[in-house]
Amino acid sequence: MKNSNENKFLSPGHNACAGCGQLSAAQAVMRGLNENIIIANATGCLEVTTTAYPQSAWGLPWIHSLFENAAAVASGILASLKQKGDKKTKVVVQAGDGGTFDIGLGLISGMWERGENILYICYDTEAYSNTGIQASGSTPYGASTTTTPDGSASIGSTQGKKDMLAIALAHGVKYVAQTTTGFPDDITNKVKKALSVEGPSYIQILCPCIPGWKINNDQAVMMGKSAVQTALYPLLEYSDGQLISSSLKKGFQARPAGEYLKNQGRFKHLKDKDISLIEKLAQANIDKYKI
Amino acid sequence: MKNEKVSLITKPNTTLANKTGAWRTAKPMTDLLTCIGCSLCAKICPEGCIVMGEISESAANGKKLKPKNKKLKPKTDYNYCKGCGLCTHECLVKAIKMIKDY
Repeated sequence: MKNSNENKFLSPGHNACAGCGQLSAAQAVMRGLNENIIIANATGCLEVTTTAYPQSAWGLPWIHSLFENAAAVASGILASLKQKGDKKTKVVVQAGDGGTFDIGLGLISGMWERGENILYICYDTEAYSNTGIQASGSTPYGASTTTTPDGSASIGSTQGKKDMLAIALAHGVKYVAQTTTGFPDDITNKVKKALSVEGPSYIQILCPCIPGWKINNDQAVMMGKSAVQTALYPLLEYSDGQLISSSLKKGFQARPAGEYLKNQGRFKHLKDKDISLIEKLAQANIDKYKI
Repeated sequence: MKNEKVSLITKPNTTLANKTGAWRTAKPMTDLLTCIGCSLCAKICPEGCIVMGEISESAANGKKLKPKNKKLKPKTDYNYCKGCGLCTHECLVKAIKMIKDY
């Protein structure tokens, strides 16, 4: 039997939730990688679910050290490859939004400052999904998490999402892209493109989390698509600081934000006036990223 | 007790020993004759347990294969399928149905 897409880089049998948006995205990322890759993984759902000791789902050289230091571990791997004269092997970092937006930010900044040839992939679930859905720097306005619960006196998270793409661009990262689980081919293409770039690159993927977003098992891909259609999480691509592609093209008609929000338990408490505030965030995205 | 050495290095792809199909309460069944072979289900499966392959004559129940059925078709590995229903929800031609599996 001819098999066209058998993926040996990330095996089944891992412990992620049924319908996990992050693992769906990770499968798409793996299709973009090749044999000459070493992965440094930060602590997070991706690490915990795929490497319950003594097993591993990975088929590539893969290392986990701590929550905050995946970027520094990658720098170390790159230094040793350089010492050995290995120019073929590329280093990839995988982390969640907690390890990227909050805990690992200092070391990521150092890695980018040194301009190292490392691809950093952030799986953005918009909360610390692994430890029990605490709010992170990536949690959007109005989302209910265990540390920002909604209630009579609370709308949920009152802070907006940290603009990690802008932080990457401010460091002069060569290739910066944003995508979602709803577009597997887009993820694979962006990973391939990032690998071909000489210098630091950053890809941020929105990954719907079943327990975190309080959605059904079969909704992760639909949510990823909906986030793009409502302009709340557009597909973006920057090369050398220039926006080269965006899902917010001329003539783009945004779907109402309520369509995306009302299907998620974490936003269920929002009233119409709150939703119109979030509509403004979508409009701000359209103004900022239109191409 | 024997003092065994603990290794921090594990073997690749060893999670294959976990047959996560036991998690399933519903099973996706693909109608290969309705299927257009777009491979979207294989691309989005979080387990990576759907593989595209050639359709066998027996799957077509002796019917003559139309050109669209000569494309590679998905094959789900039920040893690992957790029954999340992503493939059923996203299928463009509604060729996948979930059936009770417990």
